[in-house]
Amino acid sequence: MHEFTMAVLVKNKYGVLNRVTSMFRRRRFNIRSLSVSETETDEFSRITVTSFGDDTEKRQLADQLSKLEDVCVVRELTAKDSVGFELLLIKIRNDPENRPAVRDTADSYGAETVDYTRDSVILKLTGSTRRISAFIDLMRDFSILEICRTGVASLERGNTTIRQVKI
Amino acid sequence: MILSGADIVVRTLIEQGCDVVFGYPGGQIIHVYDSLYKYRDELTHVLTAHEQGASHAADGYARTTGKVGVVIATSGPGATNLVTGIATAYLDSVPMVAITGNVLSSHLGSDSFQEIDITGITLPITKHNYVVGCVEELADTIREAFKIASSGRPGPVLIDIPKDIQMAKCDYEPQAPSVPDERRQADDNRIREAAECIATSERPFIYFGGGLISSNAEDELLELADLIDAPLGCSLMGISGIPTDHPRFLGMQGMHGHYASSMAMHRADCIISLGVRFNDRVTGNREKFAKNSKIIHIDVDSSELSKIISPAHAIRGDVKVSLRKLIDNLSPIKHEEWWKTVDSLREEEAKNTDKREGMTPFRIIETLNDYLKPETPIATDVGQHQMWAAQYLNFKSSRKFITSGGLGTMGFGMGAAIGAQMGTGEHAVLVTGDGSFGMTLQELSTAVSYKIPLVIVLLNNGVLGMVRQWQTLFFDKHYSNTILERKTDFVPLIKAFGGEGVRATSIEELKTSLEKAFSYEGPYLIECVIDKDEFVLPMLPPGGAIDDIIVKEDDLRA
Repeated sequence: MHEFTMAVLVKNKYGVLNRVTSMFRRRRFNIRSLSVSETETDEFSRITVTSFGDDTEKRQLADQLSKLEDVCVVRELTAKDSVGFELLLIKIRNDPENRPAVRDTADSYGAETVDYTRDSVILKLTGSTRRISAFIDLMRDFSILEICRTGVASLERGNTTIRQVKI
Repeated sequence: MILSGADIVVRTLIEQGCDVVFGYPGGQIIHVYDSLYKYRDELTHVLTAHEQGASHAADGYARTTGKVGVVIATSGPGATNLVTGIATAYLDSVPMVAITGNVLSSHLGSDSFQEIDITGITLPITKHNYVVGCVEELADTIREAFKIASSGRPGPVLIDIPKDIQMAKCDYEPQAPSVPDERRQADDNRIREAAECIATSERPFIYFGGGLISSNAEDELLELADLIDAPLGCSLMGISGIPTDHPRFLGMQGMHGHYASSMAMHRADCIISLGVRFNDRVTGNREKFAKNSKIIHIDVDSSELSKIISPAHAIRGDVKVSLRKLIDNLSPIKHEEWWKTVDSLREEEAKNTDKREGMTPFRIIETLNDYLKPETPIATDVGQHQMWAAQYLNFKSSRKFITSGGLGTMGFGMGAAIGAQMGTGEHAVLVTGDGSFGMTLQELSTAVSYKIPLVIVLLNNGVLGMVRQWQTLFFDKHYSNTILERKTDFVPLIKAFGGEGVRATSIEELKTSLEKAFSYEGPYLIECVIDKDEFVLPMLPPGGAIDDIIVKEDDLRA
């Protein structure tokens, strides 16, 4: 079992996300994160999905995605050949006792304070999924009020683009 | 030329080579029905009693002809009534286009009268579906739907057309019918590796399913079998793919498969699997399935290659072109020792033949066989009668066994038989049971109205036999809700519908009745009363392995 990331180029049409997630649901794939975005052209949207499983499950995920009419390209993005980041917003109780410790942890990860009130702080961090998870784990020592993370945005290294890949 | 959306629907169907459609009108599809009236000389519309019947008829038409079956229904309940039919077609990979009307585009999403999100509902049971957004897209959407339905692994496609799109006008220019995508070529290296595996095997077995029939690869199958001297077995969906009496054919695999076929596949050292998907009804316990053999799996849908089993050689490609390549990579081989084993399995199987006389399932189907022509399409419903039909019917040519394999849809038979008859123009047969028949027997009215020559062999045991069989074997004979305390008298019933019928109480009466039935121009029902405790055998208990196979009733009652 290991985690993997797939970039999925889909037609930019009404309801495409529903088709993709409906397939995940009915075939019971484990989805860790999923993000959808516009692309360089109006014609396509891009879905980045991270999941985990063995090689057979990975192949199944790619095959089942490829069967959907609105899916144009499915491409695995490996850690070695791609760059991937996600964005975290984390809201912590602004507790006077913990204030210095929170600030230290945030500083050591390069997390930015984007909202500060008497009772709460929102920190913003961009990084790999692993780094973000590690940061959240440290923050559990304090009082976490709310977390929102975007899921992975990922591109292949070098001049290859997903639109060059043929299904 | 400038046409309304409704006219474009009908003209595009005609353009796509459609000659008959099945359906049921309603408020939100009324404009299309007006166009069907206008073009009635070019396109026949068959009105069924219920939309489900229409969907199964389109399915039966598609299975027998290989063409795309078309069904039309209105919005809301009309559309939801298609769901079972679409799901049935999806699970058995049948090319179908379903057209539904819907409320005005401006009313969509507001829970208007008879509005339903049919594209949402059918998302997991269609290859693809559409809500048409403007009349300019309509013709191309229908063309694309035909292409998708018939390309690669076939399946159903639904097109939802809001009423305003049917009324709007735009230019329409006829085009040539859509052609399916080119057949997918298999990788040459993979083929060579598979050929090597076959060449070095001592006990090869060929296992084929519905994908072989969809690909029209029947000739290539027999050519390969002769070349490598292999026995053949099939899934439920593969039945009629080759003649039942072919000397290499051992019969069906699976829970109620033929003994020799199941055992031979179990003993094979190389299983060449063609257009099958290793359903749990075939494999039984997946962990113990075919442990000692190398599996070569050829399928046009690559997702099937890694879904259930891990084949030694997975080949993505159209079955017909892959077989052609495989044959070109092989030289003739003989397997005399293997055939000795296979023949001994057959002898063992023969010992268990049901030798009882009288109105037993075996004798009834055996008698029916004498009245079949090679071209006769035979539909079934689902349950014990379906398995008996699969086990005992004699087929001479492909696409003649019309049965719901994947979804196991009770109530499939009446509609499917009507579609199969209209697709082939032959006198059709329906083998059914009293449980299944009770679900959709209102389609008798359709068969009467359209004078469908149809022989209905009804095996009436007064119980839901297949469930009862499980209750007998695994639930301490707690016959929970499987005893049908009905007073339905089927012979007067079919007469009330305007057909003919008779009850046969002996094989002699059955023969006389079949004689009459096949010369009757309409639905003719023959009720055969059978014992409620007839078993379908052999039986591989659910989740069991091949060693758990039950072959004789004595094994059960002991």
